[in-house]
Amino acid sequence: MTIKRGVSLYSFQNETFLGLMNLEDCIRTCAEMGANGIEVIGEQSFWGHPEQSVDPAAIENWHSLMKKYGTKPVSHDFMLDYKRYKGRIMPFDEQVASVRKDIEFGKRLGVPYIRALVSIAPEVLVAAAPYAEQAGIKILIEVHAPLHFDHPWILRHAEAFDKSGSDALGFLPDMGMFLHHFPPAWKARFIRNGVPQRIADYVEQAYEDRVLSEYVVLSVRDMGGEGPAIAMAETLRHNSAFEPKRMLDHMDRIHNIHGKFYEMTEDLVEPSIPYDEIVAVLKKGGYDGYICSEYEGNRWIEDAHEVDSVEQVRRQQAMLKNLIEAPQAGA
Amino acid sequence: MFDNKIIVPDSLERLTAADGAEGFAVLARLPYYRGLGLSMVEDIGVTVDGEKVARENIRFSVRGRSWTLAEMETEYGDRWNFGEKARVIVKRPGGLKGGEHDVEVAVRMRISYLPMVPTTRDQKRLKMKGASA
Repeated sequence: MTIKRGVSLYSFQNETFLGLMNLEDCIRTCAEMGANGIEVIGEQSFWGHPEQSVDPAAIENWHSLMKKYGTKPVSHDFMLDYKRYKGRIMPFDEQVASVRKDIEFGKRLGVPYIRALVSIAPEVLVAAAPYAEQAGIKILIEVHAPLHFDHPWILRHAEAFDKSGSDALGFLPDMGMFLHHFPPAWKARFIRNGVPQRIADYVEQAYEDRVLSEYVVLSVRDMGGEGPAIAMAETLRHNSAFEPKRMLDHMDRIHNIHGKFYEMTEDLVEPSIPYDEIVAVLKKGGYDGYICSEYEGNRWIEDAHEVDSVEQVRRQQAMLKNLIEAPQAGA
Repeated sequence: MFDNKIIVPDSLERLTAADGAEGFAVLARLPYYRGLGLSMVEDIGVTVDGEKVARENIRFSVRGRSWTLAEMETEYGDRWNFGEKARVIVKRPGGLKGGEHDVEVAVRMRISYLPMVPTTRDQKRLKMKGASA
């Protein structure tokens, strides 16, 4: 068994938002890249969900596209809006009922996994697990920066999952938590937003030197930074260079992966996230699920550049193919 | 994200008493990578030529239904879908004259997983559709 390649249609958000690509365009594009796993955010790809029932014709179209292009449904990413009511958090039972609704929607799409956002309490997922088991679906909580596999909140989830005895609960790590270098696309955007070059250079170097974010924010203030400069320094509070090998303790519960990226260069490199190291770790851990591309660069360049999500995903898929097919060093 | 894509270009329309009330309307999209239930759209602020429109003079409309911003706060059965062009209707006695106008639309969203309530804004210079006045 080997690592499989997929795409989250989140990657094409710029084009789908503007109506430049429809669902068929997205799926055909993925198939052409040899990425045959398709992940969606239900609320992005299907209008109506979760407040209203999605038109059966839209679901039928989804399945016929899967057949036509030989692709497979991988995951429905759900949101669970527990702040639906202003000034009060959605009660526990209603949260569980909301997850059940997404299990049902996942079943309609034929996905083996549904993605839970990292802020959802473990108790809610444990309570929903029996329904997921019945549906043959696993609920995967997305381990996403600034959280990581050694954070107590994630450890609480791991403990609750183990205690539940359910194998319908697991993890979906987002590779953005392994941000080893400050993304060039972010730096360029902050400079366009008005950050002085010397401050931008300082923040980039401080990230490289792994300086504690609080110190960086203070230093930028001392350098006279304000507004966008502080915002740039504060990205260090939400991002860190955690180590891919921390996934190894959790391989039995990792069933899907978000191949987050901000930019792919022409020579097929993600300058900020160490995909060579990531794929090596996943091979070592015996991972045979999907890595689904998740392009998130559009928001960093759309003010100044034409967004070309398809080309960006194509490059990442080419990189992943090379890494997956490369013989494992020392193996 | 999508800051510069909230206001749909060329969508400024004049409204007269025959439309219900004098004023104008623009098409707007939710600046977000998914849709959102209407109860979580906390505010839609509109400014025209530097003049802020009072919240009670704004209505939001999708698929033939419409709400005041206050009504939206307790609307749990409908949503502003991803990429959906909503009509933002502004009541303005005397309407708005023809020609070009600076329009700003600011959307405040209550997002469950975010530790803040973000406002995203877009500003565009729009030319009134139809005959000039």
